[in-house]
Amino acid sequence: MISHQLIVVGGGLAGLRAAIEAKDAGVDVAIISQVHPGRSHSGAAQGGVNAALANHPDASDDSPQKHAFDTVKGSDYLADQPHALQMTTDAVPAIYELEHMGCPFSRFDDGRIAQRPFGGAGYPRTCYGADKTGHYMLHVLVEQAYKRAIAMYVEWFVCRLIVEDGACRGVVAYNMTKGGFEEFRGEAVIMATGGAGRTYSNTSNAVISTGGGAAMAYHAGVPLKDMEFVQFHPTTLFTTHILMTEGCRGEGGYLLNKDGERFMAKYAPKAMELAPRDITSRSIQTEINEGRGIDGKSYVYLDLRHLGAEKLAERLPGTRDLAIHFEGVDPVYEPIPIQPGQHYSMGGIDTDVDGRTVMPGLLAAGECACVSVHGANRLGGNSLLETVVFGRRAGAAAARDILGRERGAAAPQGDGAAAAAVEAQVAELAGREGSEDAYAVRQEMTEVMRIHFGIYRDEAAMKTGVDALLALKTRLKKAKLRHTGRVWNIDMIRTMELEGMLDVALATASGALVRTESRGSHARTDYETRDDERWLKHTLAFYQGDDPPRLDYKAVTMGLFEPQERKY
Amino acid sequence: MSDITFHVKRFDPAVDKAPYYQDFVVPVEGSMTVLEALFDIQEKQDGSLAFRYCCRSSICGSCAMYINGRYRLACQTNVAHMGVPRVTVEPLPHVPLVRDLVWDMEDFFVKYEAIKPWLIRNSALPDTEITQSPAERLKLNMPIDCILCAACYSSCPSVWTEENYLGPAALLKAYRFEVDSRDEAGRERMPSWDNERGVYRCHTIANCSEACPKELNPTEGIQWLKGSAVRRRLLGRKK
Repeated sequence: MISHQLIVVGGGLAGLRAAIEAKDAGVDVAIISQVHPGRSHSGAAQGGVNAALANHPDASDDSPQKHAFDTVKGSDYLADQPHALQMTTDAVPAIYELEHMGCPFSRFDDGRIAQRPFGGAGYPRTCYGADKTGHYMLHVLVEQAYKRAIAMYVEWFVCRLIVEDGACRGVVAYNMTKGGFEEFRGEAVIMATGGAGRTYSNTSNAVISTGGGAAMAYHAGVPLKDMEFVQFHPTTLFTTHILMTEGCRGEGGYLLNKDGERFMAKYAPKAMELAPRDITSRSIQTEINEGRGIDGKSYVYLDLRHLGAEKLAERLPGTRDLAIHFEGVDPVYEPIPIQPGQHYSMGGIDTDVDGRTVMPGLLAAGECACVSVHGANRLGGNSLLETVVFGRRAGAAAARDILGRERGAAAPQGDGAAAAAVEAQVAELAGREGSEDAYAVRQEMTEVMRIHFGIYRDEAAMKTGVDALLALKTRLKKAKLRHTGRVWNIDMIRTMELEGMLDVALATASGALVRTESRGSHARTDYETRDDERWLKHTLAFYQGDDPPRLDYKAVTMGLFEPQERKY
Repeated sequence: MSDITFHVKRFDPAVDKAPYYQDFVVPVEGSMTVLEALFDIQEKQDGSLAFRYCCRSSICGSCAMYINGRYRLACQTNVAHMGVPRVTVEPLPHVPLVRDLVWDMEDFFVKYEAIKPWLIRNSALPDTEITQSPAERLKLNMPIDCILCAACYSSCPSVWTEENYLGPAALLKAYRFEVDSRDEAGRERMPSWDNERGVYRCHTIANCSEACPKELNPTEGIQWLKGSAVRRRLLGRKK
């Protein structure tokens, strides 16, 4: 058994920021991560991070209040408004803090942090480091974690929570390098495991973005909130769904159909290419569905040629490299074939504004959590922001809880039962009499999600989709491990994580089927408008084993802005 | 679509006395990368195959490998573009092996930590950002793109022959901070790299710069550090 006061699961931006906050408060904290923290998916974020610094000449009267309004409007009014304002208020010191830690933001001529326009934002308030902002922020927080000598358990795969007397007391993790399972005991656990993009075949997400943290909390009885709201990023590479940053359009890139038309004029005449992601993705999909994709195929062009080689080299160098390496297209000379792809999970573990869940001792932050600040559609540049703001808040809340208790309590005790239970689970997986193939189940699940729970949804398709997921859950029980070695067994990891992926997918599917309206990213062809009277509320999904989740609802916290029609 | 043979180095410390090679034939279509081929093998042919993976878009640094005799990111290597029927896939050489294509990162990150890879400030912080001119910021462009994949480290003959040498990645990180206009380390960080296990072990062979899948130039950074040590120690300059 390994013991720390606070255990942070996940070493991306949210987990690192949480750990740093707790460590600085005097808590013994450890990060457990499936990959070295510097390899986390936060590093793939490109375009930037929002804060109303008002550095841009066109943004001198920007404010956290205006940033909150854009966020709430972008969310199609499903965000909890005080939480959105908390995020946009915390944003300004959060960015200065990152800068003070050494984050290499790009600069304006006056030496201040550069900011660019982004979708759905009333002002250019997206701070950026070229088009590698996530990479730069991630490495800065990794550096800060090393500076503080925060304990890091690298390449440990967390399998389940330890819950005793209704409270979270730690986790069980697989030591990939040495083999074997170990109990980590602590006074609190913060989940910071990222999104669930890999439940879709057409995702921009890393291979490890499997929703593992959300699934573990869900299996332990904590509800998942608003899972039906899945963001499709407008511009992912046609063949691989690798992200082409919104910064491409922030810097002036065009979206063109087969006729060379800037079609966004039809859908968002004012904002054009800088409409929010839900609207832009639907616009692209509509062009494709109506036969105006390039050569009749399912992509349109992202055209950056008019920006010129020099601007691309300064502002979008990574985009150019990715397009060349992964699509064989040099954006200086050719338009980039793109289509929308799954990008972000607005929903997640239901938390309050300090990351606390309904389960004592369990907190969550970042993409695996749902505070909710993104509601039904997240604005570009608000996810990096969410990680550092709510990572910090969760770390601070956990530290307050831990340090506020009476000291001298007995050290956490583990009898090894939790680790033994995981060993038994693995033995069961290895000993199955089954003919099913876990990888075929995974592949089919991702296609069900793409086809039945994509950009446009309707009752019939979603019903079929839910049934298909339930059938896949049954089939997975007959899938046997192919490899039983102890060291670096990725067959075991990928088989174990699949059960959670199916359950998270089913939570998404079930919430989507029942929500008979269109709001933000949830666009139904059979219910085309937003229905505030019936559906201005959060979905809560509770795990029910083999059955679909039990759904409940809770009110959205309003108070600042009245819902209005979204026009851009 | 064409059938490509992947000649993959295998080793399981629990079973094997020594590494060996195993061939897998994969039907390669379209833009399939080496990483995708490894997943195809792991999913359809041999579930025991072990390799690192994460972003599959050349930013996380997980999948640096030795592919047909070159340091590459498996995710960034398009099989068809290699134009050969047979692709040899090996873990990074000259570093300890864990299993199959997975190498042991421990020493690499110990050396990273040794150079104090964080911004050091002594003066009071402003209420807003520490300003930095675009020209000053430009100096960071090369080193901040490092993804710590360790291709450079694995390729460096000085690393091969001196186990205590910090290696190009850690030294590039030291350069990244020493060259940052906001850094006030003075001589605080310097003892970590201004010694025989630091910059003077670099013999400007420049394998690192050739190996780097992000096309960075660690050699250049190391030479700047050498020059900076001279400027500081002999001329009394700040950097």
